Amino acid sequence: MTSSDPHPHDGDSSQDPGTPVLEAQALRKYFPVRGGRGAVVHAVEDVDLRLHRGEVLALVGESGSGKSTIARLLAQLMPATEGRLLLHGSDATVRGRRAFRRYVRRVQMIFQDPFASLNPVHTVRYTLSRSLRIHRGRLRGPALEQALTELLDRVQLRPPERYVDAFPHELSGGQRQRVAIARALAAEPEVLLADEPISMLDVSIRLGILNLLQDLRTRLDIGILYITHDIASARYFADRTMVMYAGRVVETGDSEAVTQDPKHPYTQLLVRSAPDPDGMEDRALGARGEAPSLVTPPSGCRFHPRCPFAVDLCRTEVPPLLEVGAARTAACWGYAERADRPSLGSILETYGGHRAAAATSTPAGATAAGKDQR
Amino acid sequence: MSASTTSGTGRHADAAVREPVLEIKNLSVDYGFGQDPTHVLRQVSLTLNRGEVLGLAGESGCGKSTLAYAATRLLPPPGLITGGEVVLTDRSGERRDILTMSDAQLRASRWQDVAIVFQGAMNSLNPVFRIGRQIADAIAAHTPGIRKKQALDRAAELLDMVGISPDRLSAFPHQLSGGMRQRVMIAMALALEPQVLIMDEPTTALDVVMQRQIVEQIAELRERLGFSVVFITHDVSLLIEIADRIAIMYAGEIVEDAAAQDVYRRPRHPYSRGLLRSFPPLRGPRRELTGIAGSPPDLRLLPTGCTFTPRCGFSTPECSRIHPELGPTAFAGAEPDRRVACILHGDVGTLPPELAER
Repeated sequence: MTSSDPHPHDGDSSQDPGTPVLEAQALRKYFPVRGGRGAVVHAVEDVDLRLHRGEVLALVGESGSGKSTIARLLAQLMPATEGRLLLHGSDATVRGRRAFRRYVRRVQMIFQDPFASLNPVHTVRYTLSRSLRIHRGRLRGPALEQALTELLDRVQLRPPERYVDAFPHELSGGQRQRVAIARALAAEPEVLLADEPISMLDVSIRLGILNLLQDLRTRLDIGILYITHDIASARYFADRTMVMYAGRVVETGDSEAVTQDPKHPYTQLLVRSAPDPDGMEDRALGARGEAPSLVTPPSGCRFHPRCPFAVDLCRTEVPPLLEVGAARTAACWGYAERADRPSLGSILETYGGHRAAAATSTPAGATAAGKDQR
Repeated sequence: MSASTTSGTGRHADAAVREPVLEIKNLSVDYGFGQDPTHVLRQVSLTLNRGEVLGLAGESGCGKSTLAYAATRLLPPPGLITGGEVVLTDRSGERRDILTMSDAQLRASRWQDVAIVFQGAMNSLNPVFRIGRQIADAIAAHTPGIRKKQALDRAAELLDMVGISPDRLSAFPHQLSGGMRQRVMIAMALALEPQVLIMDEPTTALDVVMQRQIVEQIAELRERLGFSVVFITHDVSLLIEIADRIAIMYAGEIVEDAAAQDVYRRPRHPYSRGLLRSFPPLRGPRRELTGIAGSPPDLRLLPTGCTFTPRCGFSTPECSRIHPELGPTAFAGAEPDRRVACILHGDVGTLPPELAER
C-alpha cells in the first residue's frame, strides 16, 4: 500500500455508516440490435441498488435477466445508458483511464470462469504481482514477496510457496478461482462484484469458495455483490437478496425472508421450482412459458404473460417496487392499494394440482395446457 | 424396497416387477493407448430395471458421461473399452451384449433400443435444417419404406407430446428458445419408442423454472410410454426428487448405489454424505456447510487403496492400503438393495455414526 494516495480503508471511519459504499440509481442499459433499425435490447431497466460495507447482496435471476449486465455496469466495464453510480454518496461515473484506475482500485470484479480469467502463459506470481504493482505502487524484493505470501494465505492457498510459481493449468478450478480472488484482493477493494463465482466449479468445492468470500467479508469488511442463478446459495451466503426478471428488479429483502416467504409471483415460481428434496410436496408443477424477448418486452409488468394472477392493470402499467414488509419490496400490483389490482393466490395452489390432471390427460390435452406462450 | 422409495411423486419401481433392461457388468475404460493409459472407468457394474429412473451423480471428471458413452459404444478415441459387457434385454426377453454387436446390429439397435439426449443437446440440432426434417430423418432411417408425409406426421405428434405446437415443425433451431430445443431433442430421442433413454446433463444449461418443466415432462412421458431413464447430472438434489435409484460415482467407480430417498436420508459412503452437504438447503435451518475438503482427484495419479481417502474425514490407515469393493453395507440384512464401496462397512461396531443413520 502506498502513502501517495488515500487508502480506501482509512478515512472511511468518518463516513456515515448509513451511506452505502456503492449505490446505483435508476440504472438502465440498452444494447443496440445489429441491423435492427434502431431496435434495442432492454437489458436493464430502472435498477436501484445499494451495497453497504461488510454486506453481501445477492442478485438472483435466470440467464438473460440482466444480472451480469448490472455487474459490468457497476464495474464500469461499459457505460450505462442512463442512471447514476455513486461511491460513498458521490458521483463515481468515470471518464478517462486514470479515473477508471482509481475506481477499480475500490471496486473489483471476480468472473465466472477461472479457466478463462487467468492468463495461461503467466504464473500466479506474475498475475498477482501485476495487480499489486498496479494498485499499490512499486513493490519489489522482500516487500513484494511478503505481499504475495499474504495474498495467497488470505485465500487459503497454503503453503504459498507451492502455488506462487504455478501456472494456471497446474491448478484445479477451485484453486484458480482462489487466485482470481487474490488478484482482486491485491487492490484492497471495498467492493467485490462476484459474477457467478462458483457456477463453473465442481460441486464439492463450491461451498469452500463461498465460505472464503464470507470470511473475507467479515475480516476485511468488504461489500460483496453476489450474482447467481441459484437461489439456495443466495440464501446460504447473502444477507439481502434482489430477484431480477427480464431486466427489472421484482423483489428485494432479507435473504431468509425472500426465500422462505416469497411475495412476487415470479419469486414464488423460482423458489418452488428449485430442487429441494425436503420440499417435494411444495412443487410448482405445470408452470409454462419462458422469459420474454427483451427487444420487445411485454408492456406493464414483464412477468404478466406468465403470471397466473395477471389482470389488465398488470398488462398496461409497470408496477413500482412496493413495500411488502419490513425492509422488503416487491414489484407487483397485487400489493398496491388500488381497486383494479389483481388478487394474488398461491402459486402452489395454481400449479400444484397440475400433475394429477396431466397424468391422465390425452396427448392433445397435455399440449393444450402446455403450449408455450410465445 | 422400503416404503419411502415409492412415496415420491409418480414413482412406480416396485420390487415385485424388477426386471433388468440394461445390465452393465465390470465395464472398464481407458483413455490413451500408450504405455500407461488412464483408467477412467474401473470395473463398473450397474443394473437399470424396466421403468426405472436411475440417477448417475458425481463431480465432473468422475466418469459418469464416459460410462454412458461406453455402454452405448459411442465413446470416441482415445477412449477404449478394455473389458466388461453391457447386456440389453429386449421387450421379448432376448438378451444381447451391446459391446459385441456387429456394426449393422448396432446401427439398428441405437435409437430403437437405447436413445441418448446429449449434454448441451440444445446445440446438437443442425442449424441449417428445419426441425421437422431432422426428426423425420431419424424416423426414416429406422423405418424403411416409410413415406415422407408419414414421418413428418409422426414428427408433429412427437412435438405435440413434448408440449411444442406442431406448427413449429418448419422452424429452424435458432428460432426456438433453449428450453424448446431441449424438448425437441427429447422428442427426437423418443421417436422410435426406445426402452432406455440416457440423458446426459439434460437440464444443466437451463434455468430452474425451465428445468422443472423438462423434468416434469420426462416424468409424464415415462409414465405414458414406460421407458427406463438413466439421468446423469451433478445436481444431487434434483436427482433425489426425480430418480428411483441413485448411483454415486467417484474417480471412475461407483461408490454407492441405493434408493434415492435412502441416499438422501441415510448416506452410507463418506463421499455421498459430503456431496449431499455441498448443496445449501432452501428450507430448514441455515447452518454452515463445508463441502468436501481438497480437490477432485487427478485420474492419472490416483492414490492406492480407496481413492477418496485424501479427502475423507473418516479415513483410517487401512483405507490407503485396501481398495474397497462395491458390496453390502454394514446393515446388509436390513437393507439388501444397497451397495457401498467403503471398508468401514466391514464392521458395524467401527462405523462412524454419521454413516450409520437408520
